[in-house]
Amino acid sequence: MSFGKFGKVSYVSETKLQEFEKALEAGRIMGTKCKTCGKLYFPPRADCTCMKGDIEWVELKGNCRLLTYSTIYFAPASFRYEVPYILAVAQFEEGPTVLAPLNKDLKEDEIEIGMSLRLIPMELAGGRVIYELRKI
Amino acid sequence: MSKIAVIGVGQTKFSRRPDASIKEIAFEAFKEAVDDAQISTGDIQASIICSATHYDKQRTPAGVIAEYLGLNPQPTFNVEAVCASSGVGLRIGWSFISSGLHDVVAVVGFQKMTELSSAEVQEVMGRSGDVMWESPFGTTMPGYFALYARAHMQKYGTKPEQLAKVAVKNRFYATKNPKAMFQKEITVEDVLKSRMIASPLRRYDCCSNSDGAACLILAREEFARKVTSNPVWVAGLGLASSPMTLTSRDTSLSSFNCSAEAANQAYKMAGVTASDIDLAEVHDCFTITEIINYEDLGFCERGKGGSFAEEGQTYLGGKIPVNIDGGLLAKGHPVGATGASQIRTLVKQLRGDAGETQVNDAKIGLAHNLGGIGMYCAVTILKV
Repeated sequence: MSFGKFGKVSYVSETKLQEFEKALEAGRIMGTKCKTCGKLYFPPRADCTCMKGDIEWVELKGNCRLLTYSTIYFAPASFRYEVPYILAVAQFEEGPTVLAPLNKDLKEDEIEIGMSLRLIPMELAGGRVIYELRKI
Repeated sequence: MSKIAVIGVGQTKFSRRPDASIKEIAFEAFKEAVDDAQISTGDIQASIICSATHYDKQRTPAGVIAEYLGLNPQPTFNVEAVCASSGVGLRIGWSFISSGLHDVVAVVGFQKMTELSSAEVQEVMGRSGDVMWESPFGTTMPGYFALYARAHMQKYGTKPEQLAKVAVKNRFYATKNPKAMFQKEITVEDVLKSRMIASPLRRYDCCSNSDGAACLILAREEFARKVTSNPVWVAGLGLASSPMTLTSRDTSLSSFNCSAEAANQAYKMAGVTASDIDLAEVHDCFTITEIINYEDLGFCERGKGGSFAEEGQTYLGGKIPVNIDGGLLAKGHPVGATGASQIRTLVKQLRGDAGETQVNDAKIGLAHNLGGIGMYCAVTILKV
């Protein structure tokens, strides 16, 4: 399945959005856009709630601004060996927002809400693909 | 339209219950409620069994619980809205009666969270967000609310000490509630020194997994007047939803839109405003949630939740007493039982039966029951 490699752990492998994972492997962050109402979605969706149009894939540049973050010390079983790790919500300059890990090398005192970040596609050991927020 | 009353309430002590099964803890709460209402099992025409079923070993627990309570062949089924399950169950019970289908309905909320091994609980916990886009990065319940806490702190200057005050208050009131899990007071310093769980939330900013059940008996006015001289009326109901993914919500991430929406519906239906509420039970799964709830429910101005807590405005004698039974933080949070337990506390208060923590002349109470990571919210207003 071509969505089963997305994320550090994956729970869903069957979706209409398989292009997303292929693009991420090729180093591109893709959202979807409704051809009728123009609404831009990230994470991408296969369907628009306007109920009228088809969607198309659009590439996002990855430039974003930090909205909020938290360092996780108590994790689900599959993430036990990763703690502590930082999760963040950031807003793309194109408008939508993303929830993603923030690069571990950043110390809490180097993190400032509002700071500029970039969402970077990454390949992990074992062929898994994720994205990560990094300071620019 | 016929008025609908809560005529009986019951609750187990919230704690770890290795000595009892889900059926048996449900029975304890059910028996207390039936005795409280002074009715018999045969008067009950339907049962609504509320739990977050991913914590249950038993598939479709309504089957075994209705059987154990002696409620066959009456209709029964499960209601699941995670932490808001029994708040939603009350609304369905109300609808059953107001539609004319039934006269008396039992709403039973329960959870036995310690039935699963800790590895199983952690596995379940890892799937509390959208499993396609958020869980793959290791999101957790405390983590989601921590993202709100950080955003609220940034936007309004809310401080960790103000969060800690909520935990201190709720632990204080739990010592006056024999049914609460935690019976020891804590200090602001204890909270600030406790282990970090998801920054900025520490151990004492978080509620605990717990086992327990709570039960409500609802009845149409004609029946209620026959069996009780002190019915407590359901005056307002609100139920709303928000997107599950954080990325589809309002980017301020410092308010739960479904709370404000459900509260507006309930205030409108009851014909009251926030300033008319004599006491409230709000969903304090984390300290930050209680602070945001003050604002979403209109108890204080937007952004002032932290100072509202710091000034002690939600203690007995303050502007509006909140969670003076210990709340989720200190009474315990057996997920499916929480909404019904909140209603039980309000009913006792409105009957003037709350003992040491009685709010003088309490006439109107509000319960706010939030589901999951803030995607469901039930608000209920009770009156005498």
